[in-house]
Amino acid sequence: MCTVVRTTTDSARSNQPGPTERAPGDASSWAEPETWGVTGIRRDSPDVVTLDLAPPRPFEFLPGQFNMLYRPGVGEVPISISGDPADHGRVLHTIRDVGPVTSALCALRPGASVGVRGPYGTSWPVAAAEGGDLVIVAGGIGLPPLRPALYQALSRRDRYGRVVLLYGARTPGDLLFTDELSAWRARFDLHVSVTVDAADPGWRGNVGVVPDLLRRAPFDPGATTAFVVGPEIMIRFTVRALAEAGVTDDRIYLSLERNMQCAVGMCGHCQLGPFLICRDGPVFSQQRVARWLGIREA
Amino acid sequence: MPQTLEPLLRDHKFFAGLDPDYLSLIVGCAANEVFPADAFLFREGEPAQTFYLIREGKVALEIAAPGRGALVVQTLGEGDVAGFSWLFTPHRWEFDGRAVEPVRALRMDGTCLRAKCDDDPRLGYEMMRRFARLTVNRLQATRLQLLDVYGRAHNH
Repeated sequence: MCTVVRTTTDSARSNQPGPTERAPGDASSWAEPETWGVTGIRRDSPDVVTLDLAPPRPFEFLPGQFNMLYRPGVGEVPISISGDPADHGRVLHTIRDVGPVTSALCALRPGASVGVRGPYGTSWPVAAAEGGDLVIVAGGIGLPPLRPALYQALSRRDRYGRVVLLYGARTPGDLLFTDELSAWRARFDLHVSVTVDAADPGWRGNVGVVPDLLRRAPFDPGATTAFVVGPEIMIRFTVRALAEAGVTDDRIYLSLERNMQCAVGMCGHCQLGPFLICRDGPVFSQQRVARWLGIREA
Repeated sequence: MPQTLEPLLRDHKFFAGLDPDYLSLIVGCAANEVFPADAFLFREGEPAQTFYLIREGKVALEIAAPGRGALVVQTLGEGDVAGFSWLFTPHRWEFDGRAVEPVRALRMDGTCLRAKCDDDPRLGYEMMRRFARLTVNRLQATRLQLLDVYGRAHNH
């Protein structure tokens, strides 16, 4: 199989990036992985675990950025950072077991080590969203890359209007961060709504899809910034529901995943039109990528 | 407390933007209802001559399956409409509608509304347009559920 790598810089620039930010210490060139220790592991669902990693020195990142995690002899994968950006000594990555590398990472135990390089990529425009309502929409494993943005917004809660978290998963057993969801639900300054595609008898929460939650959620569409992560089909339906409500494309931000391999814009595997997701994303405004997301794969 | 139910009808998402004259016309078909948690708004197979505009709380649309109990097909909430069966023959509920939590709703008399729609085709068209929009939204939601989009998702 051959991959066509095009020169992307000029055409990407012409798409006028929105206010996504890059982190201090942004790693935009190749670096050897550093060895980080695994200090904790938490099983969030039958196929998802959160690794608690200790960096060798204080580590800074912006919400939405990712690291490349490496297991010698197995491979390397991009994983979003899912913890609090204010915690520089403890770096969380929430991983779904979907292949050999993620399976090896999910099998790690405290005391093991993992190769890490990063942080990479653009981030959620959490600061740019201040002054209005913030709607965070997550589907499935899309919640972990949004959690740092929520932590940051809640740490500056007075700077926002309404803050809304809408979260969809396959079944109740697939819901992540359930303790935190309960704590967030108890807050009066945060609207949390959760739904699942299917549930057994006894589930008293919502059954349905995320766009239905959006239709019921309290926010002012004219003054709302939305962050959306999930499978691309879910993103597509969510963006339509946001547009139907009156949120404009320049205020809808998405995090995309397309076969990232090098993370530094060299290999071209994550190309989307004029963009390389690892270098120009993963966070994009809908306005910037709408045209390219609408093109069918050959 | 409002003197009539007209303000409640006007404030419900389903009737947003409806001609005020029509609101005045159909308000006589509406009644206010409250259901405690676990009460049934309607039961599968029973005659369906009403629908509900949910103002507060959640309603689970359920279907009873032998050996599996009540399976929730969809949960409806504030601003949603529960009940399409009043529109078409044989006018029988196709699901159970159970209050998951205390529910406040406007019960609309379908026989009364159908008569007003028959008398005024413009009102009838407006109602059908609104119910068609709801039906499409439900169909799209069902398709999205069937696609099982979270089943083989990649990491982010």
